[in-house]
Amino acid sequence: MNDFSQAFLKAAQLILQFDEGLIEIVTLSLQVSMTAVFIASMISLPLGAALALYKFHGRGLVVALLNTFMGLPPVVVGLVVYLILSRSGPLGALGLLFTPTAMIIAQVCLIAPIIAALTRQTILDANDECHEQLRALGARSSSMMGTLLWETRYSLVTNVFAGFGRAIAEVGAVLIVGGNINHSTRVMTTAIALETSKGDIELALALGMILIMLSLIVTSAVMSARHAAYKIYS
Amino acid sequence: MQPAPVLPLEIQHLSFARQGKPLLDNVNTIIESVGITIILGPNGAGKSLLLRIAHGLDLPDHGSLKWNKHIPQPRDSWRTFVFQKPVFLQRNVQANLEYVLSLHKTAKTEHDALIREALQHTGLVELAVRSARTLSGGEQQRLNIARAWILKPKVMLLDEPTAELDPSGVATIEMLIKTIAQQNTKIIMSTHSLDQAKRLAHEVLFLHQGKLIEHTPANVFFAQPKTRLAEDFIAGKLLNRI
Repeated sequence: MNDFSQAFLKAAQLILQFDEGLIEIVTLSLQVSMTAVFIASMISLPLGAALALYKFHGRGLVVALLNTFMGLPPVVVGLVVYLILSRSGPLGALGLLFTPTAMIIAQVCLIAPIIAALTRQTILDANDECHEQLRALGARSSSMMGTLLWETRYSLVTNVFAGFGRAIAEVGAVLIVGGNINHSTRVMTTAIALETSKGDIELALALGMILIMLSLIVTSAVMSARHAAYKIYS
Repeated sequence: MQPAPVLPLEIQHLSFARQGKPLLDNVNTIIESVGITIILGPNGAGKSLLLRIAHGLDLPDHGSLKWNKHIPQPRDSWRTFVFQKPVFLQRNVQANLEYVLSLHKTAKTEHDALIREALQHTGLVELAVRSARTLSGGEQQRLNIARAWILKPKVMLLDEPTAELDPSGVATIEMLIKTIAQQNTKIIMSTHSLDQAKRLAHEVLFLHQGKLIEHTPANVFFAQPKTRLAEDFIAGKLLNRI
């Protein structure tokens, strides 16, 4: 117990001293996960909405796959992205393996299905409520998607953050495709795994605390923004 | 060039069934008068369904319904539809009105003037920036009508617009409907309220169990109903199955 509190104090010290190594790791983590969330949202918000609104052959299969992919094991995603990006893989020539870009790709693969599946459900519910009214007002199917995405914007923000939560906390995939290289691809989760295995509990704990704090800060910021926007627009 | 007239509304052999149950059964009539046409009948008569088909929201199984030879599409901007229970976007009152103008590609420069006019017309000026979903039932129905009226339609279809309102709310909406009708917008409205039909109707379509029982001028319908069913309905009796 004493060891634990000592480690806790040292961790707090590292954070308060703005330790350079620590800041580097935190910055890279945020860069990778936020970029992945941005890219995944650009793909998944329209994809989820389209799956909710448009009927086409094989839609059921796509939805079933999407729901299955929501629970993809990160190590499997890491392995597949690794194989694609490795020298002998189809995209090996791009030389992306063990770079932050590879980590972003892996995270996009992990969170895009989550955001798309949640978006589909959100838009489906909104469509149930609004479809008849929008149709009667004269909305075409093409304009309905934009209207419903905007109508559900507050719920969609929550969906996107479910994706962010998964991305920032994920370790298996980024470890495989990033390689946990110091000053290059080391992020918070891979560093925690490494430092724990080395026995450097202080750094691991400091990173763990920052990870939780960051999630708290980002979530609170988004919730406040959402609340403010709701007040303005409603 | 004069815009094409939208009347007459010709309904020929119109039938609509769901799960083998006829909801509209061989309805034939022509609506050609201006003013307020009330579709009257007890619950389940097929009033709302007839209005929905008239707006193009549902397609008949048999027969046809045409506005001056034109098959209705919901996006025709000369005709609008008012639901009994409106759904508003999560925006304020004026943004809900602006949405309709955008849908129908009204020139942006005209938006402010049209919105102001619609708000004044329906007494909603002071609620312009309130969230539409936080309005009271009566205010929501006024906004519902403002949203349908803002396009200056030639025809407004209203599906029991006062069914959920208190007497003062009913009076306000009826006054609005009368004013709109006086401005040369054809009103076709469904109701199950005999009193409301007496207050508003210029002509009555009386429906029962999906069949058109009578289509007559209002004064004739209330003074000298032609059928036993209409007589019973006016007398407040329970109607027999046909």
